[in-house]
Parts: sequence; C-alpha cells; structure tokens
Amino acid sequence: MKNSYKITDERFEASQNAFRSYTIGFVLSLVLTFIPYFMVTKQVFGASSLLVAIVFFGIAQLFVQVIFFLHLHPKSRPHWNIIVFVYTLVIVAFLVVGSLWIMHNLNTNMMGKTPFNSNEGYVPSFDKNK
Amino acid sequence: MFTNNTHHNQDPHHEVEYSKEDKALFGFWAYLMSDCLLFACLFEVYAVLKNSTFGGPTSQELFNMPFVLVQTLILLTSSFTYGLVSLHAHHTNHARKVLAWLSVTFLLGLAFLSMEIYEFMVLINEGHGPSTSAFLSAFFVLLGTHGAHVLVGLIWMAVLFVQVYKKGLTVANTGKLAVLGLFWHFLDIIWIFIFTIVYLMGVI
Repeated sequence: MKNSYKITDERFEASQNAFRSYTIGFVLSLVLTFIPYFMVTKQVFGASSLLVAIVFFGIAQLFVQVIFFLHLHPKSRPHWNIIVFVYTLVIVAFLVVGSLWIMHNLNTNMMGKTPFNSNEGYVPSFDKNK
Repeated sequence: MFTNNTHHNQDPHHEVEYSKEDKALFGFWAYLMSDCLLFACLFEVYAVLKNSTFGGPTSQELFNMPFVLVQTLILLTSSFTYGLVSLHAHHTNHARKVLAWLSVTFLLGLAFLSMEIYEFMVLINEGHGPSTSAFLSAFFVLLGTHGAHVLVGLIWMAVLFVQVYKKGLTVANTGKLAVLGLFWHFLDIIWIFIFTIVYLMGVI
C-alpha cells in the first residue's frame, strides 16, 4: 500500500511539474509577443534599433518554445534529439546568412538598373538600343 | 515530451532499449527538422524578394497588424492547450480531459486557419493576389505552406480524437498524441518566425 501511494505521489508531482512548465512557457511567450508588437506599432525606436530588438525577441521566443513546450534541453534523453536539432540550426544558419549575403552583394555590385535590382521586372531591352 | 521509459544502463557496452513509441517520436523529430529546412528556404526567398514589389503595394500598406496579433494569440493559446492534452495523456491518464482539451485545441486551430484564409481572400479581392509581384508570390507561398501544415494538423487531430474516444488512452494512442504534439508546437514556432520576419519587420 505504502509503495502504491508513493507511485501516485510521484505521478502527481510529475503532472504538477509539466503543468508548471506549460504555464510558464505560455506566459513568457505572450510577454515576448506583446513587447515587440507594441514596440513596432508605437515606433518606440528608429528602424535599425527596432530591427535588432525584434530579432532579439524572436530568438528569445524560439528558446522559450523549445524549452517549455518541446521540453528540449541539454539534459533531455535521448541525446539524438538535441544533436539533430543543433545540426539543423547550423544548416539553417548557413542557408539564410549565406544566401542573404550573396543576394545583397549581387544587388549592390550590379551597377545601374537591371531587372534583378529594380522593381520594374524583366523587360527585354534590345529593341530600345537600336 | 522526450521522456524515455527505459532506465539508463550503467554498463557502456549494453545497448539501451527504446520502445516503439520512442523510436516513432525520434523519426518524426527527424522529419520535422527536414520540414524546418523547407521553411528556411521559403523564409529565405521571402527575405530576398521582400522589396521586389513591381510597383504594387508594399508590406507597410498591406498588413493589418491587430488582425495578425489576434491570430498569433490564438495559435499560442492552442499550443498551450495542446500542452494540457499531453499533460493529461502522459501524467494523469485522464481520457475525458484529453478529449476536452483536444477539441479546444482543434477549435482554436480552426479559428486560426479561417483567419488565414480570410486574410488571403481580402488580399485577392483587393487585387493583390500572388501574381501581383514577387513579394506577394513569396508571401502567399510561405503563409500558404504554413496554412497547409495547420490543415494537416487539424485532420490528424480529428482522427486521433476518434481513436482516443473509441479505444481510450492505450500505449499506441499516447504515443500518437506525443507525435502530434511535436508537430503542433513546431507549427507554433514557425508562426512565431512568420510573425517576426514577415509582419513585424514588414511594418517597420
């Protein structure tokens, strides 16, 4: 009998911990949504500092979601989950930073207006030069 | 979510045994990571084409921020209510509460998806459809892909509702609920990035 009470207690405790984790995660994610929203709609800073602030809140939101909703943290078992996750983050970073860098260089290095760096779309221009 | 029922063996040469449900969860996690790469490519395309408006409306003119905030709050709440589904499925083993929170999550997801479709309809009716400019093409593809995922999640949720209703919280069903939980929280995370990169950065 004593043993079964102990099991019930442990299960109750686990469910309390899970509930606490979801509630903390929910409250934090709401806070991390409202702050950048009002910063942007009220235009509290200039454009560039606003951009940095939004990126900061976005990354904080990612960590809150991953830790409190997915329960993924360095101590979680099996380790494969977090290894695959970190690997994906590295690939995404290469992909996003690399492509933005290349496209930025492409736009700034192409002198003059071309279909690729202007809003005018592709218009064949060989007739105009005649 | 990544709880593993097997005890960690002290002997390093002994293989740790994982249950079928643990393996399914890991396999689905690997799929989600590849899905993450798909979304990374779509975000990438959007970031590159964001200013290519082809003389059409810019993001500042189009986005309705209070509407988007409501959408975000609905999806965040649905992620929390799915957390309560997992809680009752894995810890308290309470089938009726699982069904109740599953239906709340389903309704919130449905409300979110309806708002997304409504936003698309308004844009298309005003003549700002996906063929207007490269910016709007990238916008519709990114949000449409997310919306399609939410739709799949809703169908999946309805199927699991029936299974839990008929068979109760069997080991197979709690495993399936855990996998769907990963999917649903993942969609929430993707939406956070859409909210930040598309909407908030779009109106600065």
